[in-house]
Amino acid sequence: MSLLDYFKTSKTNSAKLAKERLQILVAHERSARNQPSYLPELQQELLKVIRKYVKVNQEDISVIFESDDQQETLELNIVLPEHSQT
Amino acid sequence: MARIIVVTSGKGGVGKTTTSAAIAIGLAKKGHKTAVIDFDVGLRNLDLILGCERRVVYDFVNVINEEATLNQALIRDKRCNQLFILPASQTRDKEALTQEGVGKILEELSKTFKYIVCDSPAGIERGANLAMYFADDAFVITNPEIASVRDSDRMLGILSSKSRRAENGDEPIKEYLLLSRYDPKRVKLGEMLSVEDVQDILSLHLLGVIPESQSVLNSSNSGTPVILDENSNAGQAYLDIVDRYLGEDKPHRFIDEDKKGLFGRLFRSK
Repeated sequence: MSLLDYFKTSKTNSAKLAKERLQILVAHERSARNQPSYLPELQQELLKVIRKYVKVNQEDISVIFESDDQQETLELNIVLPEHSQT
Repeated sequence: MARIIVVTSGKGGVGKTTTSAAIAIGLAKKGHKTAVIDFDVGLRNLDLILGCERRVVYDFVNVINEEATLNQALIRDKRCNQLFILPASQTRDKEALTQEGVGKILEELSKTFKYIVCDSPAGIERGANLAMYFADDAFVITNPEIASVRDSDRMLGILSSKSRRAENGDEPIKEYLLLSRYDPKRVKLGEMLSVEDVQDILSLHLLGVIPESQSVLNSSNSGTPVILDENSNAGQAYLDIVDRYLGEDKPHRFIDEDKKGLFGRLFRSK
């Protein structure tokens, strides 16, 4: 084994980590790029309305926007708490 | 009609001006009449890299404001008579650039020039937006480093939505990847993103890899663009890039480590 190989194995592969982080980040940013800018506000307002009736957290409500050549869909997903009485 | 090339990256310090100067000289040396424009109003540096800083009289903003004609402001390169430089203004800010003014200048240059290279400032403010707005081709300069790759992806989003071509529904801007400051040794050690890694993320057509090279600093020190240093790796990389852009089929170089020199042999058993 050469000296170079010794250094190679003793180090963690940081490039691999960089690539994984980038892939996640870039995919996320690309999807955000194509969606309407009102989505975060919509999410906030929906949350307010729903909270009048049910106790839900910010992370329990998701607004997903998807588009292809044919159509655009707005998907709203609310996870209700197990005991949903207020 | 001229072909308008924007050299962009989003992030600063990755080599936009070095690349703009190199490819402008490269294209001009091939016999194509080429103009290179510094869009970094307020932070002009292209003149330094090209070694013509003492010949600047009028600038880009003077021409936009009709205080000087285009011919008065253009500086002819002393080494290559097919190359002309339009320097940025040093005393104004980027708000001095208007879409109408820039459009007019590019249109006038298009009548007599074959290529117009737009050296974009860093960031996504007005100077950067106007540098890319009229482009036909985009050279996206990226370093194998996470912040640079992320910013490049952001620029790709802007290129595809906020350009003249996008607004008119024309054929989109042709985007090319130039990976600079590449160090094959560190890639091999797993310390640096590889060409494949960056391409997996950005999915761009690779125009060339420019290796990390001491000659880049030496060249900027003396105001002689690195492409004129034909013995240097970086100079050769830029020569290849110009050839490939002009349609030549050249194999990529500088992606793998050099043949082992003395130092390498000392550290290797075989």
